Amino acid sequence: MPKVIPVPNELSKPFWDAVNERRLVIRNCTSCDLLQYPPRETCGKCRTSENLEWKEVSGKGTISSAIVIEDGRLDRRRPDQPYNLALVHLDEDPGINFYSNLPGTPVDEVPIGAAVEVYFEEVAPGQLIHEWRVVS
Amino acid sequence: MTSLSDYSWRRNTEGLGVWDHRGQVAVAGFGHSQIDRRWDGESMDRTVGAFSVQACQLAMEDAGVTADQIDGVICCDSHIAGPSGGTAGRWAPRPYLDPPYDSEWGLTLVNGEWLVNQLQLPNVKFAPSGVPAIGEMLGLASQAIADGRCTTCLVIYPTGNLEGRYRRGGENAEDHARGGRQWTVPWGNHGGNDFINAFPHQQYCHRYGGTHDDLAPFVVNQNRNGLMTPWGFNATHDIPQLTVEDYVSSRYILKPLRLWDCDRPVNASGAYLFTTAERARDMKQPPVYILNHNQHNAGTRSTQAVLDEIEAETDLLARMMFEGSGLSAGEVDIFNPYDGYSTMTQFWLEAFQWHGVKRGDAFPFYAGDIRVEGPHPFSSSGGNLGTGRLRTAMWTDSIEQLRGTAGSRQVTVRAETAVSGFGPPLGGGWIAFGKYPN
Repeated sequence: MPKVIPVPNELSKPFWDAVNERRLVIRNCTSCDLLQYPPRETCGKCRTSENLEWKEVSGKGTISSAIVIEDGRLDRRRPDQPYNLALVHLDEDPGINFYSNLPGTPVDEVPIGAAVEVYFEEVAPGQLIHEWRVVS
Repeated sequence: MTSLSDYSWRRNTEGLGVWDHRGQVAVAGFGHSQIDRRWDGESMDRTVGAFSVQACQLAMEDAGVTADQIDGVICCDSHIAGPSGGTAGRWAPRPYLDPPYDSEWGLTLVNGEWLVNQLQLPNVKFAPSGVPAIGEMLGLASQAIADGRCTTCLVIYPTGNLEGRYRRGGENAEDHARGGRQWTVPWGNHGGNDFINAFPHQQYCHRYGGTHDDLAPFVVNQNRNGLMTPWGFNATHDIPQLTVEDYVSSRYILKPLRLWDCDRPVNASGAYLFTTAERARDMKQPPVYILNHNQHNAGTRSTQAVLDEIEAETDLLARMMFEGSGLSAGEVDIFNPYDGYSTMTQFWLEAFQWHGVKRGDAFPFYAGDIRVEGPHPFSSSGGNLGTGRLRTAMWTDSIEQLRGTAGSRQVTVRAETAVSGFGPPLGGGWIAFGKYPN
């Protein structure tokens, strides 16, 4: 069963457009040198929007923790259960984290602390999402 | 009915000092309705509206006040299941019924206006809409009394639950994720305190040692305390005492989160009677004084709250509560933090350093004697895990313990101060109670 499909809005459209081009971009305040994900209207530090830009990042990260979704509430994902839900921290800034189902990694075998890299998975025609896989 | 648009009543920063009205507001009564797992859709005397009327009547009776004396009604008017409640959270599209059940009000939601009409309260001058969840709501009530917006106020927390699986359906049945859900739902996080706390809990075990099953003594004890709470779901429905074996063999929901780590949604209502300390002294019960109230609402830097953020925010809240109440950690006798999922409670326990429990010490503390008869009667209410998803047990138990009327739950240690809270845990509201006003 495919994943739930994200619906971009005005703020997130540049992000999803980049994902659909297989690029991972993060909102960055050039004044504060502070990344933010998910994107927000203003910088979390200076509280202004004047210096927010989209910055392409490496797509390298590390797994800090994980759970297994055994009985979730999303109709569309129930056939996938049980499945991993891992928390991935971006190498450039560990304060930025992402979810991942770690496709290819068996349930209960998530290697905490392992390196991961981003890749892109199609969830609907023309719509990709960012996913992560363990770097062997 | 005016919508709550003024939030100046919140005490949500450090540096405010001891609450100006410490000891000048009191809880004079409480009432809990009957309790069902779900409303059956037919018994009109068991709707969440009917149960709220019942809870209010019991609270007034407990305090010894009459309908004409009530001049404030503060009722949380949102559904406990939120927008993803699905079939358990909304009566429509089924056709509505005869008045007063000709809308969602009374069936799945309750508000001050609906209650004023049902209870025929002639003198209410303060009954706002847009009332927040119970933690903040009780702070709102405390400050409303302190500021003179009302003097004798019913404060109600309804928890509706219809037939159907809780939070199944609604936006959780959709193929698309909009708004903030676009960042979580594609990977399976449908949102909620279970997800918020599951990752920090895993990080907690990794940082401090221990495993998820170290929560077993706490969960079992919550169940035990709940069975000594006569109005709770467990005590009224012959729920057997949970054992460690039951717990560790229960099925996973979000592994490692097990079934018995999660509270049980119910259909019920609870009410409190808040008034001035001066008036409370002439009422039926010994007053329980409000020493402080605080609220907080922190965001996360990124998608998922992490342990460092949880610890920083719970530390902040504890500092605010100590500052506002004038109490120190060692002066809190009764401690009833939120336990809607068992994985969050250790964060509060350690932030308040109740009975000297510091960061990383919760699991050994749970393994000790935390029974109400013992030296460390932690969460003497039984919380949500022991009474159902009412979110009232933490407050009512503190009131009862300070009154000395907690029955078989009455602690054997000193019970002159109490702290209760609801927070998941990056936001919420807390109250410090005192047996004495000073």
